Amino acid sequence: MDATAKLKDLAVSDTGFVFDPYSGSTFSANEAGMKILEGLKQGLSRAEIVFALEEHFEVRGDDLARDLDEFVLLLRRNQLVPADFSLS
Amino acid sequence: MTRPVYERPILIRHQSGMMNKFSRVQAMRPLTHIDGVSVDELVATYGSPLFAFSEKTLVSKFRELRDAFTQRYPRVRIAWSYKTNYLDGICRVFHREGAYAEVVSEFELDKALHLGVPAEQVHFNGPYKPESALEKALPGGTTIHIDHFDELALAEEVAARHGIRPEVAIRLNLSAEAVPAWSRFGFNLESGQALDAVKRLVGGDRLELKGLHCHIGTFILDEGPYREAAAKISRFANELRERFDITLSFVDLGGGFASPNTLKGQYLPGDQVAPSFSRYAEGIVEGLSELDYSPQEMPTLVLETGRALVDEAGYLIASVHANKRLADGRRAVVLDAGVNSLFTSFWYNHEIVPAQEFRGVPEPTVIYGPLCMNIDVVRDTMLFPQLKVGERVVFRNVGAYNVTQWMQFITYRPSVVLIGPDGRHGLLRRPEQLQSIISHEEMPEWL
Repeated sequence: MDATAKLKDLAVSDTGFVFDPYSGSTFSANEAGMKILEGLKQGLSRAEIVFALEEHFEVRGDDLARDLDEFVLLLRRNQLVPADFSLS
Repeated sequence: MTRPVYERPILIRHQSGMMNKFSRVQAMRPLTHIDGVSVDELVATYGSPLFAFSEKTLVSKFRELRDAFTQRYPRVRIAWSYKTNYLDGICRVFHREGAYAEVVSEFELDKALHLGVPAEQVHFNGPYKPESALEKALPGGTTIHIDHFDELALAEEVAARHGIRPEVAIRLNLSAEAVPAWSRFGFNLESGQALDAVKRLVGGDRLELKGLHCHIGTFILDEGPYREAAAKISRFANELRERFDITLSFVDLGGGFASPNTLKGQYLPGDQVAPSFSRYAEGIVEGLSELDYSPQEMPTLVLETGRALVDEAGYLIASVHANKRLADGRRAVVLDAGVNSLFTSFWYNHEIVPAQEFRGVPEPTVIYGPLCMNIDVVRDTMLFPQLKVGERVVFRNVGAYNVTQWMQFITYRPSVVLIGPDGRHGLLRRPEQLQSIISHEEMPEWL
């Protein structure tokens, strides 16, 4: 299974309700989290996801790359990606 | 089209069994102003972090306590508990309302006298009253509450030396309902030790027994133990009158009333379980009804309330210094105020709210202080909204024990300000600087 295969099967509703069909776990994501999940499902790179966030949101001095890395840490923590997963 | 404002991405796992009907997340509101003064203005004037006190709340809590008891009992005296907060400005607010002083050390006695409190309006508690303290207290007319036999003998010596007959109280310890006796203070009632102390005092014929004092404990969340303590003291007072013809002028039920804070390990939020002053008053006055005194002779009821008077008036304003993500997935916030300033974070799960409007979904967050010490956790995991570096938070109900028990440790202690009823604000205590610390240090000549 490729590193993002599980992510591709995640069900994400328009309101940020996230369902993992492998474990049955459910999560809440905010809009930025949903945007990142969308990018990961499409197989986007780190830079492409950061660009997508910049395009979609009004950003005021935030460190998007750092926030993205922290979000990936949460995905690893919740076993939605393999423990050795990192963005290219 | 307007783009949505970016908020840091979050992903929160749903956990069963974690929600309850007392959840406060929906109720969290920013606290942008304290008594009409903006937090921004306070920080711009005094810096961050800082403690701010509301004079309006100090006064209203004092009057609420006084009224709750005077509606039920004819003679009530409130003696402000100095150890809870002995900043001069705070004490003055209470003394202007008519409070006596309750002190537990020579230092606190000095502070009260320096502030202009008449010596005879001071109740002096505590197990350590050295000769120098008694030399100050007894000739001045301060009422000491005798803690042990050695103190009784020393007080007699001082009285004899000055040719005076001071009015004193003895401190009792007793068990009341489920609250075990604080046996380290005073004379035990149930074992007969308290009666022995009175016999010894009467036999010495140097001191005038005018009061009985008892402090059953701290943060008592039920009026029941007070009812029982008051009843036991009343029966003891009746016995003293019968056996020794002693008519007391006061009975002192000490302090221990809870504030709206939530103790660590307490399931329900503190503001839902802390009894009102009226409930405490009902219990105490019901217990005192066992006094076999005529209405004209009824002794003054003395209360040494501290925490429940001042906690709600105090706020700690702090700023976000950093955000980070911990390995276990929780968010962490580093503030510029830690346990060195907020000593009570060792006892309570403090209520913390943002000081500006906030958006987004709250997530599990640990709130750290600035100290390079693992213990510096001012609030363990709580659901908290995202804040940016430089934004502010306000800790509520921090008026008691912090600006007395805080530590000069690793960094300086911050400013303390008072907000007046008309919106004026001013310093109660200047922030520490390097000179504040090193002015007490010496360098041995061989270094």
